[in-house]
Amino acid sequence: MIEMTSILEFFRQDKFALVGAIIYILFILVALFAPAIAPYDPQEMVRVDGRIAFNREPEKNFKLGTTNMGRDIFSQLIYGARPALTVGFTAALFVMVVGTVVGLVSGYFGGKVDSLLMRLTDVAFGIPFDPFVIVLVSFLGPSIWNIVLAMALLLWRDTARVIRSQVLSIKKRAFVEAARVSGASHSRIIFSYIMPNILPLSLLYGSLAIGWAILTEAAVSFLGFGDPSSISWGYMLHDAYVSQALSRGAFYWMLPPGICIMLLVMAGFYISRGAEEVLQPKLRSM
Amino acid sequence: MTLNWKYIGRRFGQMLLTLWIIATILFFVFRLMPGNPLTAYIDPNFTKEQQEILLEQFGLDKPLFQQYLVFLLNLLQGNLGTSFVYRDDVLRVVARVLPNTLYLMLFSLIIAYVVGVLGGILLALLRGKKGETVGIILTLFTRSAPQFWVGMLVLAIFSFRLGWLPSSGTGPAGVTYASEWAKFTSPVFWKYMLLPSLTLAIYLLGLPLLLMRTNMVETMEESYVTIARMRGLSERRVMLKYAARNAILPVVTAMAVGFGYAIGGNVVIENVFSWPGLGRLLVDAVTMSDYPLAQGAFLLAAAIMVFMNFVADLLYSVLDPRITVEDMG
Repeated sequence: MIEMTSILEFFRQDKFALVGAIIYILFILVALFAPAIAPYDPQEMVRVDGRIAFNREPEKNFKLGTTNMGRDIFSQLIYGARPALTVGFTAALFVMVVGTVVGLVSGYFGGKVDSLLMRLTDVAFGIPFDPFVIVLVSFLGPSIWNIVLAMALLLWRDTARVIRSQVLSIKKRAFVEAARVSGASHSRIIFSYIMPNILPLSLLYGSLAIGWAILTEAAVSFLGFGDPSSISWGYMLHDAYVSQALSRGAFYWMLPPGICIMLLVMAGFYISRGAEEVLQPKLRSM
Repeated sequence: MTLNWKYIGRRFGQMLLTLWIIATILFFVFRLMPGNPLTAYIDPNFTKEQQEILLEQFGLDKPLFQQYLVFLLNLLQGNLGTSFVYRDDVLRVVARVLPNTLYLMLFSLIIAYVVGVLGGILLALLRGKKGETVGIILTLFTRSAPQFWVGMLVLAIFSFRLGWLPSSGTGPAGVTYASEWAKFTSPVFWKYMLLPSLTLAIYLLGLPLLLMRTNMVETMEESYVTIARMRGLSERRVMLKYAARNAILPVVTAMAVGFGYAIGGNVVIENVFSWPGLGRLLVDAVTMSDYPLAQGAFLLAAAIMVFMNFVADLLYSVLDPRITVEDMG
């Protein structure tokens, strides 16, 4: 149980991380138990006395009111945690793995391999992100997996650059030199000596990527390229935008999804050393 | 500050290479779209004659590899095809909306970087006090809130509820400006630009602010700052005259990158405010399956981004001579 206590100790010392972890756990619970928490099906057109309840303001039965199609906003909000977390975690996993491998191989082997991978990274940095996701999703079809794919294809760029420069500096340290001189193989040096030293950094970039992924999914859904079969927070805001919720001043519809996105993204920044990295941006790793 | 011409030349070559690869990727991505490859350039509603011309121009009856070569040749001559919707040369359509994007972006960047730099100095001055924590949390809010959502709230409050500012476009319905200059100097245009640019500025603000703060805190530990302090200069004077002046350099470089990013990133803002710029054009083109236009808008945005990354790298190497070609990759 040593590990468990050290994790607890970490959270006790870092208040930001604690807040982030609590927010995450809450949202994960909401996503898991969505059917039990949400009073209605998010796609159901709710009826009151046999008539569909359009555009209701918040009341006892509809805590956050209903949409212009008579769907319960609170239920949509609860179910919205599912796509957000799914997209966030899967995209972050891809970003972390691809970015770490590219950075590691590039930094460790240097030379031609390095040049090739870094040119590839330049290309990834030169492609406008939102437009790329929109184009790819509209060609491949609107599904959250295509959104994840589009993000996985581009977002590894920051992680790769940061990991590469970290590897470059670790490579020059005495213990790596010693291992090399004593005849350790490349894979042994990479996995036993370098990996443990860059893992915290790649986890950190992974936790930041969760936030970017959630924001991107929201933006893409808002622009109308989202997955129509899953109600996400971005989709809810799209719905509100196109059905004149703004001019009607329906804040009960517009505010909650945005607040949820913001909380989840911020929790990603808080967790681990995320906040610190966001607070101290380094030029080369933007 | 000496310019390393060898480095610049090498970086420039890399930039051209990057652009070529992006154009190539784009060519093949646009072959992914639903329908047969001819739909990439030819709208079924074009007249037989127009279809023939485009077929000829883009070599669409030839094998894929030859089409690719023709695409590159056309690209070099600035020929990106004909927009399905506007029935006009893609480059001309894109050039028409580009100024709107540039005005919006430059105005937001200026606001964001001026406020950001001042805010960063303020946070550095407040180091260790309660104000610092509050400032940091507020800044994190601006980084986590979805841009389009901030835009929606701003619209609902200032445009619809209070009626202070217009909600969409660059001018009243039916009004067209006589020239770019007339538009740029018209107070009406600026009134329309205020809400979208403030929304964009709120999002852009975080980076310069946090960067400035970190740099200030770091430069405060440099020896020349300590010496200035030992000479008995007041803390505020040391901060502004010695620390801030040096801390601002990396922020300048960040602005170059920020410029490139904003071009691709303000797609959302332009759509929320129905701002007729590059980002909105791109989304409309994709929605209406106007492939040549989408491709052209995308390429232009990418070219601006790649160019600004190049500028940033140069600035970075000039500002920090310790950096070597190997570090940059």
